Amino acid sequence: MTAIRVIVNGAEVIDNVAPRTSLGDWLREGRNLTGTHLACEHGVCGACTVLVDGEPIRACLMLAAAGEGSEVRTIEGFDADPLMMALRDAFHRRHALQCGFCTSGMLITAWDLIRRGKASSAAEIRRGLAGNICRCTGYTNIVAAIAEAATAAEGVGDGE
Amino acid sequence: MKAAAFDYVRPRNVAAAVDLLAADKGQAQLLAGGQSLLPLLNLRLASPARLIDISRLPELAMTDEDDATVTLGAGVTHAMIEDRRVPDPSQGLMPHVALGLAYRAVRNRGTLGGSLALADPAAEWPAVLAALEAEIGVVGPNGRRRLSGTNFATGIYATRLAEDEIVTALRIPKLSRAARWGYAKLARKAGAFADALAVAVADPRRGYGRVVLGAANGPPLVMTEAGRALAGTRRDPEQLRRAVETDLDSAADRRFDAYQRRLHRAAAMRAIVQVIQ
Repeated sequence: MTAIRVIVNGAEVIDNVAPRTSLGDWLREGRNLTGTHLACEHGVCGACTVLVDGEPIRACLMLAAAGEGSEVRTIEGFDADPLMMALRDAFHRRHALQCGFCTSGMLITAWDLIRRGKASSAAEIRRGLAGNICRCTGYTNIVAAIAEAATAAEGVGDGE
Repeated sequence: MKAAAFDYVRPRNVAAAVDLLAADKGQAQLLAGGQSLLPLLNLRLASPARLIDISRLPELAMTDEDDATVTLGAGVTHAMIEDRRVPDPSQGLMPHVALGLAYRAVRNRGTLGGSLALADPAAEWPAVLAALEAEIGVVGPNGRRRLSGTNFATGIYATRLAEDEIVTALRIPKLSRAARWGYAKLARKAGAFADALAVAVADPRRGYGRVVLGAANGPPLVMTEAGRALAGTRRDPEQLRRAVETDLDSAADRRFDAYQRRLHRAAAMRAIVQVIQ
């Protein structure tokens, strides 16, 4: 077992993990943070996307042991974040999810695209979403929801 | 699937990593960004007894720059190159390549050194660094040495790196402001591995011309005739097209089928046209 100390959604967590445990499995089974979904487990589908030290990563392609000293933010850690609230609202109104399995990964990827200013057009959003697979929606409503949230975020930015 | 059990160690510096690797010859595997290794572990295509985590060694994250070259530590990530958080020797070629490499969540962890050491034939960096004539610094129990980036990969997932050596840094000659580059990646979707990939670089001030194919059924394929034609001062598209055909003819050992040959020809010409237009 490997000892780790990780900040998860703002709270320090000390734990012992088997080296082969992925960050995603540890979050779900060790921390009961089941908003992070694991599907393909080889980096193709994007459902398990979380932030590590502020940047999106695949939680299936990072060992929990390698997270030592890092700050992890899962979908549960965005509750009062204004940009995430705008995204959730747009996903809801635009019908940008059906079964919801991909949604936490979609939201975190979208949050990062908007934050980095990489959601200025539908084409740019589609490129940025290429690593997140949705089998229900056909993406059209997801792209529209992200575009809407990006426009709203721009307005907020301009006012500051 | 889940990875089979393994031990995990995180050495404090490169010297300690070299010792661990030497002690566990054949049993241990280096873990850098893990964006290729973790899929292999999860699919149980690889089952090393021990992982040596070098992902956070400060020596591998260093960057340096002088008048003629940029040195990038092996641990520099694709996203750092994409965002220009590290010096760019290539007049924008490397950031452009990084942008189309896999997905942002992968680029945030995947590293330059890891990509070179793995030598996936469809990967971007081996071909790009061959086109830039980069030099690859490695360290092992017998000390440090420098290898040419042009023929570092020797085959599919095969390199000149010894089993007990670690890639530490890439030393990349700077392109002059007058240099031009072209890049064409043919893939079924944004971020997917390439079906064909071509890099063309011309730096007239240095009389330098290089055309390199990736995803070429083996290590990066340096197109000698096309490169020579691109280095010249009178660059005629028809002559370049003939040079590309000659290079593809000389690559019989790659066993391209008719479709692959069309893809490689298209990629090479698209990259070349970006340079000469």
